[in-house]
Amino acid sequence: MSGDGPAYTPEEMMAVAAARRLEDGDTCFVGIGLPSKAANLARRMHAPDCVLVYESGTIGAKPVHLPLSIGDGELAETADAVVSVPEIFAYWLQPGRLDVGFLGAAQIDRHGNLNSTVIGDYGHPKVRLPGAGGAPEIGACCKEIFVMLQQSPRTFVERLDFLTTVGFGDGAGARESLGFPGAGVTQVITDLGVLEPDPETKELTLTTLHPGVKVEQAKAATGWELRVADALREEAVPTEAELATLRALKTTNEEEAA
Amino acid sequence: MAQIVPLSEAVAEHVRDGDVVALEGFTHLIPHAAGHELIRQGRAELTLVRMTPDVVYDQLIGMGCARKLVFSWGGNPGVGSLHRLRDAVENDWPAPLELEEHSHAGMAAKYAAGAAALPFGVLRGYAGTDLVEHTSVAWITCPFTGERLAAVRAIRPDVGIIHAQQADERGNVQLWGIPGVQKETVLASARSIVTVEEIVPALEPRPGGVVIPSWAITAVSPAPGGAHPSYAHGFYDRDNAFYARWDEISRDRTRFQEWMQRHVLDTADVLEYRRSLEQLEAAR
Repeated sequence: MSGDGPAYTPEEMMAVAAARRLEDGDTCFVGIGLPSKAANLARRMHAPDCVLVYESGTIGAKPVHLPLSIGDGELAETADAVVSVPEIFAYWLQPGRLDVGFLGAAQIDRHGNLNSTVIGDYGHPKVRLPGAGGAPEIGACCKEIFVMLQQSPRTFVERLDFLTTVGFGDGAGARESLGFPGAGVTQVITDLGVLEPDPETKELTLTTLHPGVKVEQAKAATGWELRVADALREEAVPTEAELATLRALKTTNEEEAA
Repeated sequence: MAQIVPLSEAVAEHVRDGDVVALEGFTHLIPHAAGHELIRQGRAELTLVRMTPDVVYDQLIGMGCARKLVFSWGGNPGVGSLHRLRDAVENDWPAPLELEEHSHAGMAAKYAAGAAALPFGVLRGYAGTDLVEHTSVAWITCPFTGERLAAVRAIRPDVGIIHAQQADERGNVQLWGIPGVQKETVLASARSIVTVEEIVPALEPRPGGVVIPSWAITAVSPAPGGAHPSYAHGFYDRDNAFYARWDEISRDRTRFQEWMQRHVLDTADVLEYRRSLEQLEAAR
């Protein structure tokens, strides 16, 4: 992928970029897949005291393997506390105690609103997606939201087919009027770079490109006219240590297959 | 006092066509054996309630047991889509499926309200989303602060079904590990069935153990291995490979039906179900 340093995949770049954005001591609400990889990577690198919270009610989980589901036994066995589902949502997530919530989605719009419900018409969907899960309240209540998804005109759309989770609604002031405690989407980490909301308008703006990616690629992969920051940064290439640690993270299935 | 009866009797006596039925277990302790028994007995027109309708509801929906689904996340965890659920929603196969969908926090609030016999649960949620147009949610004003909050109707199932590790001989139940929303499901339901890994003379307190007294439960039924492919903490692990295989099995209608015939309809109970899977495994 890049001239110098080790070869890596776009997905690995995403996980590394997300992990770097977590601070030691952050409490984060994690889902399965890339967010779980990123958070577990951060915990093994610069953020050993990062607290992983899974919606199954496992608080402070320290899994050796990457979980395949949010309720794997290993999460409960290694957690500081295991609580019920009503408790994790009512007592821990919704009061706004958690620093970072990770979300994925099938679609995102320019204000960071997310669709994980349907593609097409709700009554006669082209694709029925899993639905809201924990996303709406994660999006409303965590202090910050990191979104991770592949950037393409199919995912970065002018208009969502369904608004499952509010990012910034129709722009500045929307979250405040809805009474949401959290700051909303602060980082959108894609395979091409990172977008952050404009401080004034809350429109997602390209602030960082991954190594070797051109602005035109990011623009072409966005279904609206993408704003680009004046001081566009380049993400550092993943280090040997980051890649080695990331690649050592395996699910039990992958371990058995190896 | 809970009756201790075989699962087939518990389902025959307590679950009727058209009932609102909740099978709970959040990744852990999913009552698959009970789901299979509903399918064997041909229950129909059910309103199925469950936060995460994973493989167990994919099977019930694909076998035509359901009229309506109340849920918050319908996928095969860590794998992908639920193909039978999608086929029902996208193509009305084997029958149309009415959806009432919520967020996890909304479902949790609905169960907690049901357990407390309150008419609704309350939370900061749903505002600003398209869920509002497509689900049952209303707005109330806090009488103390004036804050506008979302109200969601309590879940009061006709039957709540859960799986636990142990019951004692009087029918007191204990489960441990990830506790999910199981206690709320039992307490919210008019009737309840708890399947257990084993019946022991006396329950031993476990760290984080949830004990449900016998008198709050309708029926307790032994079903060793009854959570498979989900898991029972301290008894057996999640069969992650099965969840991956389910993706192939469920993708095709005929293959799905053949699988259900062989492993569910042609087996009498959870022991035969497990044996049929072992035979399949041995032949691989």
